[in-house]
Amino acid sequence: MTALLQVEDLRVAYGKIEAVKGISFTVEAGQVVTLIGTNGAGKTTTLRTLSGLLKPIGGQILFEGKPLTNIPAHKIVSLGLAHSPEGRHIFPRLTITENLLLGAYLRNDKAGIEKDVQRAYDLFPILGERRKQAAGTLSGGEQQMLAMGRALMSQPKLLMLDEPSMGLSPIMMQKIMQTIVELKAQGTTILLVEQNAQAALSLADHGHVMEVGKIVLSGTGQNLLHDESVRKAYLGED
Amino acid sequence: MNELPQQLANGLILGAMYGLIAIGYTMVYGIIQLINFAHGEIFMIGGFGALTVYLWMPAGSNLLAIVPLMIIGGVICSVAISVAAERFAYRPLRTAPRLAPLITAIGLSLALQQAIWKWYPNATKDHPFPQFKGDAFDILGANIQRGDLFVLIAAPVCMIALGLFVSKTRSGRGMQATSQDPDTAKLMGINTDRIIVMAFAIGAAFAAVAAVAYGLKNGQIGFRMGFIMGLKAFTAAVLGGIGNIYGAMLGGVVLGVAESLATGYMSDVPGMDLFGGGAWKDVWAFVLLIIVLLLRPQGLLGERVADRA
Repeated sequence: MTALLQVEDLRVAYGKIEAVKGISFTVEAGQVVTLIGTNGAGKTTTLRTLSGLLKPIGGQILFEGKPLTNIPAHKIVSLGLAHSPEGRHIFPRLTITENLLLGAYLRNDKAGIEKDVQRAYDLFPILGERRKQAAGTLSGGEQQMLAMGRALMSQPKLLMLDEPSMGLSPIMMQKIMQTIVELKAQGTTILLVEQNAQAALSLADHGHVMEVGKIVLSGTGQNLLHDESVRKAYLGED
Repeated sequence: MNELPQQLANGLILGAMYGLIAIGYTMVYGIIQLINFAHGEIFMIGGFGALTVYLWMPAGSNLLAIVPLMIIGGVICSVAISVAAERFAYRPLRTAPRLAPLITAIGLSLALQQAIWKWYPNATKDHPFPQFKGDAFDILGANIQRGDLFVLIAAPVCMIALGLFVSKTRSGRGMQATSQDPDTAKLMGINTDRIIVMAFAIGAAFAAVAAVAYGLKNGQIGFRMGFIMGLKAFTAAVLGGIGNIYGAMLGGVVLGVAESLATGYMSDVPGMDLFGGGAWKDVWAFVLLIIVLLLRPQGLLGERVADRA
């Protein structure tokens, strides 16, 4: 059986600087896989390459067995890959509802779209309460909810979340992580990039530790969580 | 006779033309942050396209019946040239430093002027443009020439259509998304290249409508007409808040009315009697721009976007 996502020896460069230096990993349907590591490890670059915003200089990306590397970014979402970008990047001058509808830009089933907008409001009630408000007026945590809700609107087979906890208060972070657990329970496949290793590993099936463009350690979430070198480097323990 | 209604009407007519052209500057700037200095020439080419259609018609045709055909002809020419410019001149420079496409735009502006001068028959001199004959209408105390009614109807119709397109259609929403965050727009599945072409095309179509209005009003068009009209329309776009379509139209109307009032009344202001009349109207237009930019740098309807991180 082929994995939902298979990344083989992926290499990405900005000019002459190689940011991702040959990484390989897979994501099976139904799994939550996390990439952790410090700033500059190449995690965000990896996600941006998967969704077509960056072109790799080498390696292979297979999604449901089909290569993705030559498909333009705007066509990748229709294959079932949704990306909630780092820094949220909601559309600030559009309303919450309009932001959600943009997540369903390529869909034509009006009734289904409406149902999924409602589902996003159920998942994040605060968004429903403020649906007519410009998204730029939301707090950071609410914007993160909107970014996740928007990514879900394309009915993705794989949801990629880049740093969903970045810059959030501990309470808000907990809420976001809880939502990820909820989505996982509903069977959503998730590729999660996080700097908050503790939170990410405790809910992931598999984790990969990245350092300066390479995967240096892989394992199940629980194994990594209890791995001594990980605890030292990323969980702040002596 | 009180001439204020007349001055306001003149300003409105001129301003509606500025506004229609300004839409093209503002839409393109809003999406790719390019000041398309060739847009004035896109306007001019629309005028020549419309004139060409008129010249194909049998002599003695009813002008009212062929104006729609002239608009279509003008729009086709403007859109074709504008889309080609985007595809072959601007798109290859999409990732280049901002100065490169700007200089390209200025070069393109000159090239298009010279192309019409060289290859359009007898375009070295101004061409007569057809005008509606008949008495002016008296509307609220102002004399409105028949040809001037055209822009007073066309501008609101175009604006309402554009407003509905941007807010109600999927492509319109895609356009707003692209202007706010192009990379994220791609993640939504929006073909941003297509949206950019659309912005150029809509702007060109509006410019062509303005060119027909210009011809009907002035009775002549020439290869140089895009320069000052383009400059004024660009001013209107900045005045209204560049990137905002309603701001472009508002800026156009404000600019037109200000010019018209300055022409009519500035010489009545004590000490300013030297600075009235038509010769100074461009000066007052730019004085207004400077004042607005000093007091409200984002323009009349421009937004200071406070995007929270």
